[in-house]
Amino acid sequence: MADAKFDITDDHPIVAKGIKTAFGDNVVHENLDLEINKGEIVGVVGGSGTGKSVLLNTLLGLRKPDAGTVYIYGTPRGQLSEKERQALNNRVGVLFQGGALFSSLTVRENVMVPMREHSNLPVKLMRELADMKLHLVGLPPHAATLAPSDLSGGMRKRAGLARALALDPGLLFLDEPTAGLDPIGAAAFDQLILDLREALGLTVMMITHDLDSLYTICDRVAVLLDKRIAINDSLDKVTTDPNPWIQEYFGGPRSRAAAVAGNRGGLKESKK
Amino acid sequence: MSSSADIADKAFITKIENDRLVVEVLGRWTYETAGPIDKAMQNQIDSGGHEHVTFDLTRSEAIDTSGAYILARALKGRDGTISVFDTIGATEGQKKLLTAAADARNGEPPHNQRQWYDVITRLGEATVRGINEIYDTLAFIGRVVVVLFKSIVQPGRVRWRSVVSLIERVGLDAVPIIIVLSFFIGCVIAFMGAQLLATFGVQIFMVDLVGLAVLREFAVLIMAIMMAARSNSAFTASIGSMVMRQEVDAMTVIGLDTDGTLVAPRAMACLISAPILTGIAMVSGLIGGAVVANLVEDISFNTFFLRISTNIEIQHFWVGMIKAPVFAFIIAVIGCRQGLAVTGSVESLGQRTTSSVVQAIFAVIVLDAIFAMFFMEMNF
Repeated sequence: MADAKFDITDDHPIVAKGIKTAFGDNVVHENLDLEINKGEIVGVVGGSGTGKSVLLNTLLGLRKPDAGTVYIYGTPRGQLSEKERQALNNRVGVLFQGGALFSSLTVRENVMVPMREHSNLPVKLMRELADMKLHLVGLPPHAATLAPSDLSGGMRKRAGLARALALDPGLLFLDEPTAGLDPIGAAAFDQLILDLREALGLTVMMITHDLDSLYTICDRVAVLLDKRIAINDSLDKVTTDPNPWIQEYFGGPRSRAAAVAGNRGGLKESKK
Repeated sequence: MSSSADIADKAFITKIENDRLVVEVLGRWTYETAGPIDKAMQNQIDSGGHEHVTFDLTRSEAIDTSGAYILARALKGRDGTISVFDTIGATEGQKKLLTAAADARNGEPPHNQRQWYDVITRLGEATVRGINEIYDTLAFIGRVVVVLFKSIVQPGRVRWRSVVSLIERVGLDAVPIIIVLSFFIGCVIAFMGAQLLATFGVQIFMVDLVGLAVLREFAVLIMAIMMAARSNSAFTASIGSMVMRQEVDAMTVIGLDTDGTLVAPRAMACLISAPILTGIAMVSGLIGGAVVANLVEDISFNTFFLRISTNIEIQHFWVGMIKAPVFAFIIAVIGCRQGLAVTGSVESLGQRTTSSVVQAIFAVIVLDAIFAMFFMEMNF
């Protein structure tokens, strides 16, 4: 098979070592290490302008790091041939911040794009699978034939997630998935990601500012601070870190409220 | 790699155990193998009257959403009797996946149905849209005229800085292309005139022909078409993307008048640039004609321009010049209006830019025809 080179059972689907990113003189990341365990949901937090989205782009291969290596399923990204990169992309799903749906296609066609490009499924089955994925992410059936511009922000995110899941990736990147959603929608989205993780065995890396998401669904929290990942551990350990920024981030009233809500039960109990 | 028929044959086994239908799932059920399996599944699964099915996943290697979907779809069976399923050897995740896939079968999305009279409906819609478009454009012209009058009364309120920078883009940057195009048009007219008039032996009249055609029509038309192509589309695109990013909404809320800040400077820049560009086009067109007259018919530059100044009356120059600001105004207004009419999608930005250029050139040519009739009646 085409993806023989990656070991998709690798315990760390993503490992970044010594990443350096700079825009001219402005160094965003230096000596950044990150390791993501298989089957975990990792939340990446950091202040505005600390380069969370840049890190995401680097991991996705949209941006070449100025130094360091990104290993995907044990293989350095730079060493992949065109064909291998293609096969790898089938294993990776991304939900961009605004959904990034193709505006000239209907929602269903959007979900069908990766299938059309990378599989030889019959068109009828593709259509049915697309509708199923839309159902899976909680969109009503009639959304399938709408144009992305007819959807609300939350629906667009769900549609974007359906497209990211089109080829059953093992690895899912989410860029602020709950930003701009109302609390009910955000909680439902969190639950959805938990369910999908369980059903599909996903490994998820999400950039988020949503404290509720951090407390309810993330197994680990990676803090982007001083140009590197300062700590990447379970939430309990992260919140007790003495670093003043981390203390301010997790010690604030919003965080305490989210912690109370998270401990009170809700989603975490449905986890194994 | 195994052939697709192979995959399908070895994908599953159905059997009856304890009066239950058991489907044993083998091998990989992923999107890579889903095509052939899908076919085999549709041909073979027959519930045989059973209401309960067991999916045995003990020997399956991999199953993803595509596989789960195909399995769950078989629940309906050929006769649609199966309604309950359970699993053997499935992980928690796989069970969830199957349940979700079975759920998904319940909601069928609507299919767009085409009717035979759709053509007529669309024709009607297009007509209404066209009429509305004309109405809106006329209303918008009115608004812009009011804004422009206001700026004459209160010149202090005009954003001169953006007017000047727009004049640079609309006017100055267009000078080279206008010179080149107009020069060639002058050449072409001179060539045609030379050939035609030589048959009567009155080649010298080609000078009059070039003079009349360039001054009255071509200089201003070249200017207008270039302005529609360069500036009008740019207006639509820039204002349209501002609408898309809610900049225009922000302006309105802050209390900036969008007509005054976005439309008026553009209209003014066009109004000021157009006569200058037309003048440049006239000179360049005449030079083009003179060069051809010199090369083809040996009419010296002196003779050419002397004849122009004695035979071509100044009114022809004015006919061209009067049209320039009118065309420019209409081009600017159409460009801005189309830009403001952009809605959220990228698609509509493209559509509006296209229709903006098309409408502008259309309007210019129609207006030119009206002007021609008007001047003819006036003996001008």
